[in-house]
Amino acid sequence: MIPPTTETAGPTAQPEEIKAVPVPHPGRWLAGAVVLVLVAMLVHTLVTNPRFDWGIIGDYFTSRRVLDGLAITILLTVVAMATGIVLGVILAVMRLSANPLLSWSSWVYIWFFRGTPVLVQLLVWYNLAFLYPQISLGVPFGPEFLRADANSLVTPLAAAILGLGLNEGAYMAEIVRAGILSVDHGQVEAAQALGMSRGLTMRRIILPQAMRVIIPPTGNETISMLKTSSLASVIGVTELLYAVQLIYAVNFKTIPLLIVACIWYLIVTSVLTVGQYYIERHYARGATRELPPTPWQRFRRHLFVIHSPVPASSPQRLPGEGR
Amino acid sequence: MSATGWTPTLSGRGGIPMVLAEGLHKRFGRLEVLRGIDLKVERQEVVCIIGPSGSGKSTLLRCINHLEKINAGRLWVDGELVGYRERAGKLYELREREICAKRAEIGMVFQQFNLFPHMTALENVAEAPIRVKGMPKARAVDLAGQLLDRAGLKDKANAYPRQLSGGQQQRVAIARALAMQPKLMLFDEPTSALDPELVGEVLEVMRDLATSGMTMIVVTHEMAFAREVGDALVFMDDGVVVEAGQPRDVLSNPQHERTRAFLSKVL
Repeated sequence: MIPPTTETAGPTAQPEEIKAVPVPHPGRWLAGAVVLVLVAMLVHTLVTNPRFDWGIIGDYFTSRRVLDGLAITILLTVVAMATGIVLGVILAVMRLSANPLLSWSSWVYIWFFRGTPVLVQLLVWYNLAFLYPQISLGVPFGPEFLRADANSLVTPLAAAILGLGLNEGAYMAEIVRAGILSVDHGQVEAAQALGMSRGLTMRRIILPQAMRVIIPPTGNETISMLKTSSLASVIGVTELLYAVQLIYAVNFKTIPLLIVACIWYLIVTSVLTVGQYYIERHYARGATRELPPTPWQRFRRHLFVIHSPVPASSPQRLPGEGR
Repeated sequence: MSATGWTPTLSGRGGIPMVLAEGLHKRFGRLEVLRGIDLKVERQEVVCIIGPSGSGKSTLLRCINHLEKINAGRLWVDGELVGYRERAGKLYELREREICAKRAEIGMVFQQFNLFPHMTALENVAEAPIRVKGMPKARAVDLAGQLLDRAGLKDKANAYPRQLSGGQQQRVAIARALAMQPKLMLFDEPTSALDPELVGEVLEVMRDLATSGMTMIVVTHEMAFAREVGDALVFMDDGVVVEAGQPRDVLSNPQHERTRAFLSKVL
């Protein structure tokens, strides 16, 4: 190789830009055309097939019964996830406990609830009265204080919350455990060396850091739960799916009403996705040098760049030396 | 130093030594890491521990604040047994609460800093005083600000650890340990994970601390620091104290073959 003969070091004045003939990509054009044709076919059928009955979809979209069903679906999702998360944290801490009986029983719980279909679990809770016609509160093997009829206590909604929540607890336990294990052991040592107790260390040091690992799969689980809650229709909970089923059982507009349900599921899922983004952002504190901008901030920065005559300054960066 | 017949130069200042170890043994499974350590650290003394890796230096430090349980021997900090209570010739394990209270009086600085990454520098320093000591928040923040200032980090109070250089992180870690107003500071190779040009700023803070009269045990490879700041130097190898004495004597006129071999490699 002959070294460049320029006498001055540093950039030379305005090098000539390379102008080359780009490589042709016929495959990309072909694939694009295929996709466009498929999209056109889809739009065409949506518009021209009268059986989609868009008028019916519009009529029922905000009908009282559908909205009531949607409310039950959201209630089920929120309560079952809350139950699952609380249970999951308890089970994960038990699983990591030094007490072998606690860790073993947590393992068995997870094994059982992950190992049987959630639909079967829902049916079992719904039929709890078969096993225990009477449910009572009292001292184990001793006197009873409260006693109730199982059929009146375990309503379909209660059975659905129990079934979905207890099942979710098993999955959340594994997610929380993975989060806890992802935190460097040096963090525990540093907290202990400062005199922090194990409980305090878990609450203030471990769990907040574990959240970064826990949040994304939990968001996934929440979205999954939104849809899994439709299984409660089987035990007679009038959530979104069962609500539209009840309607089309009478007017036979099956597909339009199922589309109504689908659109609502999509809307709630989209809202949850946005919420997940902001929660993740919150727990990213300290994990990255700068927080990622919110979509709104990105939009505004974009506007700023367009209107600004000078390049927009990069986000404030601490003049820290590299690590 | 009963084993080697060495008496610390600055002894007799406070009566009870800050740290006293007799015949300390520590095993990890079958591996004997400490095999009969005798050590005495007087109040306001700075003791540096040197030795090849795997010689048990870090383990010894971790035993002193009970991050590791000892298997045999006796260990006292400030006249009290570490991890146990002795009553009628019988040892009783301390409860978690009691162990925490004792750890809170001993500061520790780690090789890997171990700052809490989800908290700012200020929050890192103020956390333990608030949560462990129950100090009012305003006072703890005030104290944390002063300590960061002392470490030359006043303008970094609201930075997260990842936004700081290694040297700055380690200085925050020292401030965090000092916030508990410890009577003893343990340093576990505090500069070993740092880029060479950042070592000085951390040693500077440690030097200040030594001058202010803090009792310090420093596991280090910084021979210059040991020579200038240390009141005593301990050379450990293979789980025992091979040689101990005035840093100048040990470094320039080592009495043992193993010390000589080690020093010839690092000096």
